Amino acid sequence: MREATCRVKPDMSVNIAGVELKNPVMTASGTFGSGMEYSEFVDLNHLGAVVTKGVANKPWEGNPTPRVAEVYGGMLNAIGLQNPGIDVFIERDLAFLKQFDTKVIVNVCGHTEEEYLEVVERLADEAADMLEINVSCPNVKQGAIQFGQDPKCLTDITAKIKKIARQPVIMKLTPNVTDIAEMARAAEAGGADAVSLINTITGMKIDIEKRSFVLANKTGGLSGPAIKPVAVRMVWQAAQAVKIPIIGMGGIASAEDAVEFMLAGASAVAVGAMNFHDPYLTQKVVDGMEQYLLRHNIQTVRELTGAVR
Amino acid sequence: MKKKITMTVTDIRSLAEGVFSMKLRYPEGDMPKEVRPGQFAGLYTNDPSKLLPRPISICRWDPESGEMQFVFRAAGAGTASLAAQKTGDKVDMLGILGNGYDLEKLAGKRVLLLGGGIGIPPMVELAAALNGIPGSEVTAVMGYRDSNLFLTEELKKYGNLLIATEDGSIGTKGNVLDAVRENGVTADAVCACGPMPMLRAVKKFAREQGIPAYISLEERMACGVGACLGCVTKTVKEDGHSRVRNARICTEGPVFDAEEVEI
Repeated sequence: MREATCRVKPDMSVNIAGVELKNPVMTASGTFGSGMEYSEFVDLNHLGAVVTKGVANKPWEGNPTPRVAEVYGGMLNAIGLQNPGIDVFIERDLAFLKQFDTKVIVNVCGHTEEEYLEVVERLADEAADMLEINVSCPNVKQGAIQFGQDPKCLTDITAKIKKIARQPVIMKLTPNVTDIAEMARAAEAGGADAVSLINTITGMKIDIEKRSFVLANKTGGLSGPAIKPVAVRMVWQAAQAVKIPIIGMGGIASAEDAVEFMLAGASAVAVGAMNFHDPYLTQKVVDGMEQYLLRHNIQTVRELTGAVR
Repeated sequence: MKKKITMTVTDIRSLAEGVFSMKLRYPEGDMPKEVRPGQFAGLYTNDPSKLLPRPISICRWDPESGEMQFVFRAAGAGTASLAAQKTGDKVDMLGILGNGYDLEKLAGKRVLLLGGGIGIPPMVELAAALNGIPGSEVTAVMGYRDSNLFLTEELKKYGNLLIATEDGSIGTKGNVLDAVRENGVTADAVCACGPMPMLRAVKKFAREQGIPAYISLEERMACGVGACLGCVTKTVKEDGHSRVRNARICTEGPVFDAEEVEI
């Protein structure tokens, strides 16, 4: 007891590209809507940031159903970035998030360079603290995937977005590449303020009784604990390659998983598919990380970043 | 208020081949204020390799005892593991989800309830609720594969019950609409839950009769709370939330006016 009372509450704050977050725990885009649905379970004021579902310049219908499938230790999704478009998003979703004392990171998607730029421009004077650019969705056929899989394209679009963005820009990287370090460097070269990784890994599930694909889109993005070791490895590789901060994600199911990502080189983390398993998980990760710091007598969460080399 | 709660299994039994009834009791103080017929809950398996809750409709709710009954088919590994639970076991549940049937629209009417296969269980709670509304009349027409019937005793308590079986072993040979026609059943409104071909036929039937049909849709779900946009259905008009012609089955549904969805 005496030992415990002597300890000071650890400092959980992190700074990503000049934006101060009260803790390093965010939500992964697409798994948390715009926070409204999960605000019934979690006090959004306790989160480092809410990362919204991807928003485009116009409403997107998304893919046909089935859009989701469960697999061992994870799930596949091919939602196809259904979203209500930037106008409704600003009016309704951003207005909702503004009520909370948390940072808002708006995930931006598009089919073409022009579409991305239009959304970034529309957000210039809005209450978004950072932008996360989804150049890595595996389920949207036109354009998006090429930006994220070709280093030259990635540098190029990053530079164009940076030129007009008022907020710090996070480029979200796809794991569906041969060399993640090269992609992280490409984003950094374009002027990205941070990178987030990993997006989902392209996968497939076949129904052997019906002899058909389970997802209408045939392929989908794999997420959940099944992908965590791949994600930790990629965060570590990216951390060796760039100086900009890394937001680590991929199958985080506990505070211990979050700590692992930090040790691999992440400055912040995001909870994704496991929100569907446990809607209270983000809060549990915040609390558990603080416990970890206390247990190891570590004063600031920032000390974890890249501590394992 | 939606919650994820650890429930206690108070009863589990097989009702027919592959069909199980499970009663789960709420812990003290966590009971929902209101449960509407047609709503559902997400039941988690105890298998850590399976992350997602199984959406299962509420068959009965007893606010006195705090027990909720679910009747489901052990169709895959997840539902099979739920079926293997024993009395006293704990089951995590995400609930209460979805909109349910709008009883105000059905009050005082002759309501035809159509249930096909594992679409039958939610009709029990609906029949019970309608039976408690003065002036409402319930005719339930339930479709089974064969003579392995389930929930018939419960349904008989709340209205007339007609049965259709695919193999003709009991009642009308054929589907629920064959039984409706054979018995000349008329109604002011239809409520239906069952496989998609049945729901399409119900929509057509209701249109012919000039009566409203409220149908409960099913889709592969992930979050169950409206965040992931996994379980959508095509809508006739632009949906108020999504701003495209897609509505979330878990949130705007699972019950829709048949004329508002493209199925």
